[in-house]
Amino acid sequence: MNSSFFKVLRAGVNTTYQDKGRFGLQHFGIVAGGCMDQESFLLSNIILNNKKTEGVIEFALQGPLLRLVKGKTKIAITGNVIFKIIHLNAKTIDGQCNRSYDLEEGDMIDILATKESVYGYLSVKGGFNLQPFCNSVSTLAKGQIGPNEGKKISNEDSIFVKNNNIDKKNFSISRILESSNLIRILKGPQYKYFSKDSQKKFLSQNYNITNLTDRMGMRLEGAALKNVVSSNIRSEGITKGAIQVPADGQPIILLTDHPTIGGYPKIANVASVDYDLLVQKKPRTSILFKCIELKEAEQLYNEKQNKISKIIKNIKEIN
Amino acid sequence: MLMKLNNIGDSGVVCDFGDEVNQLINDNVIKLFQYIKKEVAIGHIQGILNFTPSYNKLIISFDPTITNTKNILDFLNSVDFSKLNSALDRKEWTVPICYDFEIDLTYISKKLKIDRNDIIKIHSKTTFYIYMIGFVPGHPFMGDLDPKLYLNRLETPRVKVPAGSVGIVEKFCNIYPYESPGGWNIIGRTPIKLFNNKNESQPCLLSPGDKIKFKSISKEEFNNFKNEQ
Repeated sequence: MNSSFFKVLRAGVNTTYQDKGRFGLQHFGIVAGGCMDQESFLLSNIILNNKKTEGVIEFALQGPLLRLVKGKTKIAITGNVIFKIIHLNAKTIDGQCNRSYDLEEGDMIDILATKESVYGYLSVKGGFNLQPFCNSVSTLAKGQIGPNEGKKISNEDSIFVKNNNIDKKNFSISRILESSNLIRILKGPQYKYFSKDSQKKFLSQNYNITNLTDRMGMRLEGAALKNVVSSNIRSEGITKGAIQVPADGQPIILLTDHPTIGGYPKIANVASVDYDLLVQKKPRTSILFKCIELKEAEQLYNEKQNKISKIIKNIKEIN
Repeated sequence: MLMKLNNIGDSGVVCDFGDEVNQLINDNVIKLFQYIKKEVAIGHIQGILNFTPSYNKLIISFDPTITNTKNILDFLNSVDFSKLNSALDRKEWTVPICYDFEIDLTYISKKLKIDRNDIIKIHSKTTFYIYMIGFVPGHPFMGDLDPKLYLNRLETPRVKVPAGSVGIVEKFCNIYPYESPGGWNIIGRTPIKLFNNKNESQPCLLSPGDKIKFKSISKEEFNNFKNEQ
C-alpha cells in the first residue's frame, strides 16, 4: 500500500482516535463516546475539506510527538494548542491552530500542550486509515472498543493515513474561543429531591472542578447538596451532561464516556450549547451554574449552530 | 398502560412506566424499546441517537442539530401500544455456569441457613428475565430470584471480581462481563463471553427482554468451553 504513516515518538497523556461517536448501542451497555469537544472536532475536518465525520486524534493536556516516516500529508489542529512543526529540510515553525499545514517525509509535529483548555484535535487530509467498529472509529478504552484494540495511542505505534496527499492548497478558519465560566443547565429529573436551600446554593455558588476528571466524568467540589427524598433511585439510562449527586452531596457531571445506566439522583443537565465549553475547563477552574428553560436552551443551541455555519462559510485559502 | 413523558435537558426524553420493578412494567418498557429500535432502523424517525431501557424507564437521547424535544414527544404520543408486539425478537438462552468458581456460597449458606447444594438447585431452576443491560458493555441485570435467596450487597465491595462471575443481590442476578470491582455475592462463573469486541453484527450476546436459564457444568467443561467468534 502506498499510504503515508507516522511513528509515535511520544504518545502524550490521553491520546485516542475519536469521531462523532458510536450510536444505537447504549442498550447493550455501549456508550456513544466520541470527541469530547464536538465543535473542535468538526472544524478540524472542515479545514481539510474532509468528511465531517472523519476520525481524528484527540489529545488531552500534553499531546503527541509524531514523525511522518513515509509519504506526504496535510494536517490541521484545532482547540487552543501550542505545537511546533519541525521540518526536516526547513526551519522549525510555531504552529497555529485552525489552519492546515503540509508535511513532507521526515517532518515532525510536536504537540506540546493545550493552553487554558483540556482537549485538542489533530486531523489529516483524507483521514486516518482505521478499522471502524459498528460505524465508528471512536476509542472506548474502558470496554476495549474501537481501533488500536480499543487502547490509547502509545509510543512506537504507527499511525496510517488513508491517502498520500498531493493537494498543495491550504485553508484557515477564523474562530474566537469562548472563555466564560458560566455553565447553563436545565433542571434534572430529580431536581426536587434536593432541599430548597441546596437548590439555591447549586445555582448561586461556585463549584470547583477537581482533579478527578476524565472522559467519563467531572467531579466537582463546593456546597454540599442535601437530598431530602432518597439518595438512591432505580437505575436508569444516563444522558451526556447529566449532573448526578451521590450521598456525599458533591455533584458529578457525567461526560462523553459515561456509564450507560446509573442510580444516583440527577439535579440538572448541562445545556447542549455549553457542553463543549464545559469539557474544555481544566481542573481547579471555578464554574457557576445558571438555570435556563428548555425553550431558551433550544434557541441558544440554534444560535451556536448558526455561528459554526458562519465559521465554515468563511473558510479562506491561505496564499 | 400509563406512561409519563418528560424532557431530560435539551437532548433527551424519559418515558416513565411506573415506580415498581416487575416484569409486567418492564415488558412495556421493552415493547417500546423494540418499536423505537425498529423505527430508527427503517428511518421513520430522524435524530435519535440512543434508546436505553431500564427497569421502569426508557431514556431516549437525540441529536439537537437534527430534531428537538417536541418532535420526539409528538412521536412518542402517537405510539399505539395495543399494536406493539411483545414477543418480537425475544430469545431464550441456556448459559453454562460452573458453581465450583463460587466465592461466597459458604457465607450465603451460613447466613441464609440453606445447604449450598440447595442454593445451587434453586438458582439453576430459575428462569431469569433480563430487565436491562448496561453500566459497562454486555452486563445483564436479571430477575427474579426465589425470595429464599435474597441478600444484600457485600458491605465492602471487592476490588476485583473475575470476568464471567455470576452474582446475586436481592431479587437480582448479574454476570460480570469484565474483571472489575463489585459488591455482589458471587455463586459461580460462566465461560460465555457476553461481549465480543470483534463481532460487529452482534457485539452483545444478550438483549434486554431475553430470558436465560443457567446450566451447571464441571470445571473440566468450563476449561474446555469454546466461545464462537
